[in-house]
Amino acid sequence: MIELQNVCRTFIVGDQKVEALRDINLSFGAGEYISIMGPSGSGKSTMLNMLGLLDRPNLGTYLLDSGNVTDLNDEQLARVRREKIGFVFQSFHLVPRLTAAQNVELPMILAGIPVEERRARVQVLMQNYGLSDRADHRPDQLSGGQRQRVAIARATVMNPTVLLADEPTGNLDQATGWEVLKLLEGLLAQGITLVLVTHDAEIGARAHRQIHMLDGRILSDERQTP
Amino acid sequence: MYLRDLVTLTSSSFLTYRMRSFLTGLGIAIGIAAVILLTSIGEGLHQFVLQEFSQFGTNIISVQPGKTQTQGGNVGIFGSSRPITLEDADALRRLPYVEYVIPGLVGNAEVRYQGRTRRTMVLGEGRDFSKAFTMKVQSGSFWTDADDEQARAQAVIGSKIQLELFGDVNPLGQYLRVGGQRYRVVGVMESKGQILGMDMDDAVFIPAARAMELLNRPGLMEVNVSYRADVDAEVVIRHIKNRMIERHGREDFTIISQEEALEVLGSVLSILTFAVGALGAISLLVGAVGILTIMTMAVTERTAEIGLLRALGARQQQVLVLFLGEAMMLSALGGVLGLLIGIGIAQGLHLLVPALPVHTPWIFAALAELTAVTIGLAAGVVPAMHAAKLDPVEALHAE
Repeated sequence: MIELQNVCRTFIVGDQKVEALRDINLSFGAGEYISIMGPSGSGKSTMLNMLGLLDRPNLGTYLLDSGNVTDLNDEQLARVRREKIGFVFQSFHLVPRLTAAQNVELPMILAGIPVEERRARVQVLMQNYGLSDRADHRPDQLSGGQRQRVAIARATVMNPTVLLADEPTGNLDQATGWEVLKLLEGLLAQGITLVLVTHDAEIGARAHRQIHMLDGRILSDERQTP
Repeated sequence: MYLRDLVTLTSSSFLTYRMRSFLTGLGIAIGIAAVILLTSIGEGLHQFVLQEFSQFGTNIISVQPGKTQTQGGNVGIFGSSRPITLEDADALRRLPYVEYVIPGLVGNAEVRYQGRTRRTMVLGEGRDFSKAFTMKVQSGSFWTDADDEQARAQAVIGSKIQLELFGDVNPLGQYLRVGGQRYRVVGVMESKGQILGMDMDDAVFIPAARAMELLNRPGLMEVNVSYRADVDAEVVIRHIKNRMIERHGREDFTIISQEEALEVLGSVLSILTFAVGALGAISLLVGAVGILTIMTMAVTERTAEIGLLRALGARQQQVLVLFLGEAMMLSALGGVLGLLIGIGIAQGLHLLVPALPVHTPWIFAALAELTAVTIGLAAGVVPAMHAAKLDPVEALHAE
């Protein structure tokens, strides 16, 4: 499903060369639950940006759904992001001026999906995530958990292949955090590949496959059978 | 992305930053209002002046003696021109398409009636004067003597002369002294008021032949030829020119058609209107700077949002369109507001000062609105390009 082959990514910070990813080889299957852990600066964020096609490798190849997405142009990349990748962020990243429903609708607006279909899909998702009575609220009128649920609804509304979550519980209290986590884990049944970036070992331990990173390298890649 | 969604997304940001959007739009509005107001007054003036010039009728061609030209030899030999005479006028009368021929000259003389004296304008004219020009005789009529040369001493007086010299006396049939000669009053003109500084009411009209004698002039100052409205001025001009050259042996006269004169005047006035409009457009520039400022701020404030849009699959072009759309909508709305303000003030001025002619052609309004949108587009390009070119990763993590 997802395959990184010899991926390298270096940044120039000032006059220093920072190697964020060094010769990464990875492959994820459909429906896999992966957590990526490591201290800050270990390259896990770069890894996530790379997987989300927000960043490009300096070297190496990225295959997504058996297509090579390494050398796509901006328009093609945008299309792949739109159709195959969902993002969930620590700080939710909801558009403050739009209602919850409009935020969920946003990826479909960018994709040019007709209004009727958009409405229908938003309604189903809002209902599934228990947000029906919050559809017309703006983000600042929602609790943290509700905001993250709206964000998850937005990330899944295009039925992506892979969902990338960057510390999705980082800004939530523990109870709400577990709730959100369960919601994300529920998506696995639909065949979504869930990639969770966290530095919380307890949360990371829930994943079926745990990857530890350090200095741009994969330190360990362990699978556990639940 | 549908246009409808673009409108929804951009208007959401207007609703959030109401005051700021309003003030920015106001910048454009003031510029557009200034342009509309100034061009409305310019255009009103334009129409007013043209109306003033064309109120005698438009299908009139004037033939005047003399021609301005540069010659190789001594100006003394060729430079003098023959005067235009009443015979010339008679000859023109027999040309095709010609309706009336009015020989004319103007001067000043003293008019007297029973001890009251007034110095006034004396117009030597032809008998068809009131038919050729759109000036009506209020009572009586112009003289009817068929022979211009032998026209009897009859006069038509302006309404002001009637009032000043005759008072309550009916002037018809009375004798009036014009420059020492006795004239029988046969008609009184309808009041016409001032025409470009000439008070047509303070005038006495007498036969051209007598005016030439009175004013001691060898020829006419002009011959006005009115022609059928359905004929092209060019055709009549050609006939007149040929006939006059035939009679004078060379082109020692100048032909001016009302139509051409109005065209030239019209284009001059259009340039004037354009110039005042351009003056107003300077304030539009200030409005454009306002939009540039606000859009630059918007891009900075919404950097994280731009990152998000890119993560959700927005193309660079879509980000560009979103911000350009916002700038254009802001200036378009400001433009509409400006149109309302501009037209409102123009009409208000017209109500307050009815003498001030005001006219707003819809094409001006449409052009002004188009200008507003174009300005929004131009002012939005740089910030929108900047937004589109942002690196998604960096944008996402901007706070």
